[in-house]
Amino acid sequence: MTIPFYVAPEQLVRDKAEFARKGIARGRSIVAVDYANGLLLLAENPSTALHKISEVYDRIAFAGVGKYNEFETLRKAGIRQADLMGYLYSREDVTAMGLATAFAQTLGAIFTRDPKPFEVEVLIAEISEDGDEHRLFRVTYDGTLYDERNYVAIGGKAEQLTEALEESWAPDMTLERALEVATDVFRRAEGREIEGWEAGVLDSANGRRAFRRLTPAELPHL
Amino acid sequence: MNGPIGPLPMQAPSPGNSFTDLLDSLGAKPVMSLPPGEKAPSAPEGTTVLALRYVGGVVMAGDRRATEGNLVAHRRIRKVFPADKYSAVSIAGTAGLAIEMVRLFQVELEHYEKIEGVRLSLDGQASFLARLVRGQLPMAFQGLVVVPLFAGYDEREGRGRLYSYDAVGGRYEEIDFGSTGSGARLAKSYLRTVYRDDLEGEEATKIAVSALVAAAQEDTGTGGPDLRRGIYPTVIRIGAEGLVELTDDVVAPLAEQAVETIR
Repeated sequence: MTIPFYVAPEQLVRDKAEFARKGIARGRSIVAVDYANGLLLLAENPSTALHKISEVYDRIAFAGVGKYNEFETLRKAGIRQADLMGYLYSREDVTAMGLATAFAQTLGAIFTRDPKPFEVEVLIAEISEDGDEHRLFRVTYDGTLYDERNYVAIGGKAEQLTEALEESWAPDMTLERALEVATDVFRRAEGREIEGWEAGVLDSANGRRAFRRLTPAELPHL
Repeated sequence: MNGPIGPLPMQAPSPGNSFTDLLDSLGAKPVMSLPPGEKAPSAPEGTTVLALRYVGGVVMAGDRRATEGNLVAHRRIRKVFPADKYSAVSIAGTAGLAIEMVRLFQVELEHYEKIEGVRLSLDGQASFLARLVRGQLPMAFQGLVVVPLFAGYDEREGRGRLYSYDAVGGRYEEIDFGSTGSGARLAKSYLRTVYRDDLEGEEATKIAVSALVAAAQEDTGTGGPDLRRGIYPTVIRIGAEGLVELTDDVVAPLAEQAVETIR
């Protein structure tokens, strides 16, 4: 029988975290920006088929960066969870808070249990029925849950994007203005040509299902 | 649901992403059978619903009554429901089971759309509904029957389509009209006399309401418009522009007119 090498837990966690962070840093970023009637989610995404932003429930959206198959698995799991809760209880019982907690638990468990952590960071966004209030939760690869306000960025350039948003974001913007601000911070943070946009909004004007994907015609030119 | 909840259901009920299968895998699907030999308890029954095609789409309508034996169990029950943006489902038979079936059907369609990123095709929706009806078969043998009617606008084919069902999950596409429930036979004989291939939406809506009024004349299970209480049929119209549920303001004059002209 061979004796397994002893690795200190600190070392193990540090290595896993570094591995996950490296994976995420390679990927492109996403920002969420609050505007007058809702929330705008904008991602840099060269693909028009593989989405990073998606509807989860009536007023809740999901966005993920990092490894596609991993955040896609999480996205589907989130939709399952939301539809289950809404079916077993009531539609109003499905909240971003509850979902974000479940995402955090799941990612936390994977990080400690599995040899390879998920190389992802996800965002759970929600607006109130009238669109005036919003909630933004960010969950990192190790299951840490952050409660954000007004704007948030995830992905490789999250830090630079957040800094730029700090200067540019203003309350009660129109969707057009929010889109301008979001694309502008992207260009500034990346400092290179953007390879494609993907955008979705949670807007109270859309009725029960508040999520809507913006069409290519509505997106800014590259 | 503000408190913490358990971890996410990461596993799909293989191989598909069906919500109904997910419920089943968690043991949370509604019970669809009684112990053998048991007699079903008496439960309210939904009565007459109908649908007819017109040039650019399809109209679906239903009365508002549920009966239990010879009693009126509910006066304002709803039997016609939107299924998704371009389809609607209506039900006759054991109301409690039927309404739950519709709720599951609605969640299933939305779940599919969110997971897959595209809507389930109209034909796919119709065949999934057949599966739900078939799942109900053991209950049907014990007297709790659910028979839906399904209609929608097929975006791929650019026309309204309509399906009727039977208690064992048989699915039949209709080219003109369909009806199910206690007053179905009466509604259909009315529809047969007035139906034309070139009906426009407005006229088809009028005919749908009139057919319900005609059925209510002889079938005690069908509730005619209750002008005093302000209870009118539920009417949904689906065309290329999507599903519209007509408000009472629109349906009331049609119902009054239909009641006036009947002898």
